[in-house]
Amino acid sequence: MTDLYLVLAVILFSVGLVGFLIRRNALIIFMSIELMLNASNLVLVSMSHVHGVLDGQVAAFFVMVVAAAEVVIGLSIIVTIFRARRSTSVDNEILLKG
Amino acid sequence: MTVFALTPTPATGLQVYAWLLIALPLGVAALLLVGGKRTDSWGHFLATLAPIASFGLALAYFIDLLAVTPDQRAIVVPVYTWIASSAWQISVSLLLDPLSMVFVLLVTGVGSLIHLYSLGYMAHDPNRRRFFAYLNLFVAAMLILVLADNYLVLFVGWEGVGLASFLLISFWQERPSAAAAGKKAFIVNRVGDLGLIIAIFTMLAMFGSSSFSSVNAGADQLTSFWAGLLGFLLLLGACGKSAQVPLQTWLLDAMEGPTPVSALIHAATMVTAGVYLVVRSGAIYAQAPAAQLAVAIVGTVTLLVGAWIGCAKDDIKKVLAGSTMSQIGYMMLAAGIGPAGYAFAIFHLLTHGFFKANMFLGAGSVMHATGDDVDMRHYGALRRALPITFVTFAAGYLAIIGFPFFSGFYSKDHIIEAAFEHQPALGLLALIGAGVTAFYMTRLMALTFFGQSRWRPGVHPHESPATMWIPLVLLALGSFGGGMVLNGWIGRWLAPIGALAPENASWAPHFTPIGWATLAVVAAGVALGWLLFGRRPVPDQAPTAVSPLTRWGRRDLYVDSLYDAALVRPGLGLAQAVALVDQRAVDGAVEGSAHLTQSVGRQLGRLQNGYVRSYGLTMLIGLLAVGVALILGQLV
Repeated sequence: MTDLYLVLAVILFSVGLVGFLIRRNALIIFMSIELMLNASNLVLVSMSHVHGVLDGQVAAFFVMVVAAAEVVIGLSIIVTIFRARRSTSVDNEILLKG
Repeated sequence: MTVFALTPTPATGLQVYAWLLIALPLGVAALLLVGGKRTDSWGHFLATLAPIASFGLALAYFIDLLAVTPDQRAIVVPVYTWIASSAWQISVSLLLDPLSMVFVLLVTGVGSLIHLYSLGYMAHDPNRRRFFAYLNLFVAAMLILVLADNYLVLFVGWEGVGLASFLLISFWQERPSAAAAGKKAFIVNRVGDLGLIIAIFTMLAMFGSSSFSSVNAGADQLTSFWAGLLGFLLLLGACGKSAQVPLQTWLLDAMEGPTPVSALIHAATMVTAGVYLVVRSGAIYAQAPAAQLAVAIVGTVTLLVGAWIGCAKDDIKKVLAGSTMSQIGYMMLAAGIGPAGYAFAIFHLLTHGFFKANMFLGAGSVMHATGDDVDMRHYGALRRALPITFVTFAAGYLAIIGFPFFSGFYSKDHIIEAAFEHQPALGLLALIGAGVTAFYMTRLMALTFFGQSRWRPGVHPHESPATMWIPLVLLALGSFGGGMVLNGWIGRWLAPIGALAPENASWAPHFTPIGWATLAVVAAGVALGWLLFGRRPVPDQAPTAVSPLTRWGRRDLYVDSLYDAALVRPGLGLAQAVALVDQRAVDGAVEGSAHLTQSVGRQLGRLQNGYVRSYGLTMLIGLLAVGVALILGQLV
């Protein structure tokens, strides 16, 4: 039973990882990161269930809070960049170069 | 046992102001250099007054010394404590004794006349103020040198004289030859200074003090090795300053300076310092017979070399420079004889101060008249155009060749006689030198003042202004009467510092067989010079088909070429090699490491390409690496 959760988590993580590496659109990359975070949340929760302690679930809550905060900041950055450049492509090297 | 110094008594009354002797010219030099253009209009007058005032003061102190008995004629004037450590107490004190007094009178007296002369000679030079400031500096440095009561303060004056000579020889610094001559004088003098400074270190180590009184007191406890070493080191110092073989090369080039400077260097200051040093160090030389003999030999060699060079030159100033070398050689020879010669060395130094200043200033007057031409082949028959210069120059001429009753007659005869008594070989060479001196000085007179005029077109010789001929007349009087006045007196005056007084000396010439021989040799030299140069027409160009003797003389015996090949060229090569090593190796290492850092940085910078996804990939690789490391860690 737990194995299925772990397999699902690995699939979700891999999808997120591949999306993060191959997509150009900043929004999609953002979603891929969320996917990876949620995959790790799933592992935490299922392991918490296996071991019968609540540590994993507490950690999952922390991850969610951090992810929410990250979404707020990340989305606002993306919106600002979009306003300025009319594009959200991350292949624009000038974005991260001084 | 000869006593080489009196025990000095502390200064009393106005004697404590003896430092004013030095302070006056030094202060004026500083004022003129710091004051700048503001002092242009009156600075040279003030600068002329300074040595005159010092001369007046010196006369007062001289009379002071005359008034007391000979064994009290040494006064020490403390100025301040220079170095006070547990091991050494070195004070700046002035010593007024018979030896320093005659030097002070010579330096300020002849120096004043040269200043006066320069008022006329340098009237139209744009840098007149600077010139007079340096002249005063020169006089002040020389006064420090002769008034010091210890070798360390003497060294300050010694170096000051070197500096002032450098500044004055290269005074017309826009001429490359003058700049080079100044440098040469400075560098050659450094070689001699090395000897003196090591001698001072040795004295400090041996006696714990460098003052004349403790060196004199401790000298007879020296072992012969240390006394000899000190003697040779002091001789090296004296050779540099007094232009003695083998350090004579700077003196001929020093003619690049304005003529009054040559007079000052040759007559009153600078080159006399070496003789002073040797006489002052009599106590050491008394313990070092080998070094003393070396002094006499160096003097003899130099007197012949100088005379040789004097015979071959066509440049009037270089002939006079050769004669200075030669006459200083006589003084060194006398100083090398020991106590029996000290009085004669100083006597000849004084008479030489008169007649050489006289002739240099006379040469300046001739150059003034002929548009700064120094080639004697362009002169001729100037005796009618420049009567005062001619008569005064003739007085100097008769003095230097040793014509009876002129000053050089007394002093040079004394030296030759003393040399014969001491070492007949040296005496014979000195006698030959006297004949050669008569020959080349007659040549100079004949080429300059007699014969047909060979003036260049446009040259209209005219007598110099009064500021120039008045010093000439005064110096001519000194050249004529100096010997007669001083002959009976100088030996007794210098007896307290270790000079053995000559017996029954007076103004009346005292002819000995050697004296007659000297006169005969001089007469032969004059006759030969007159036959060769006074009776025959003088070729306009220097003949090229000449004997090897003349060729060697014209090239200063090839000593310059020898030093150039043996020292200057290797030195330059070494400097260039070091420069190359500096450029290639040192700079290469520094610049190479900079290049390396830069290129590594550029390669690493390429990783930071700005593509978000490549950063993501890097993170993934890093993550995997950490994971693998962790797993491997678990397995081990």
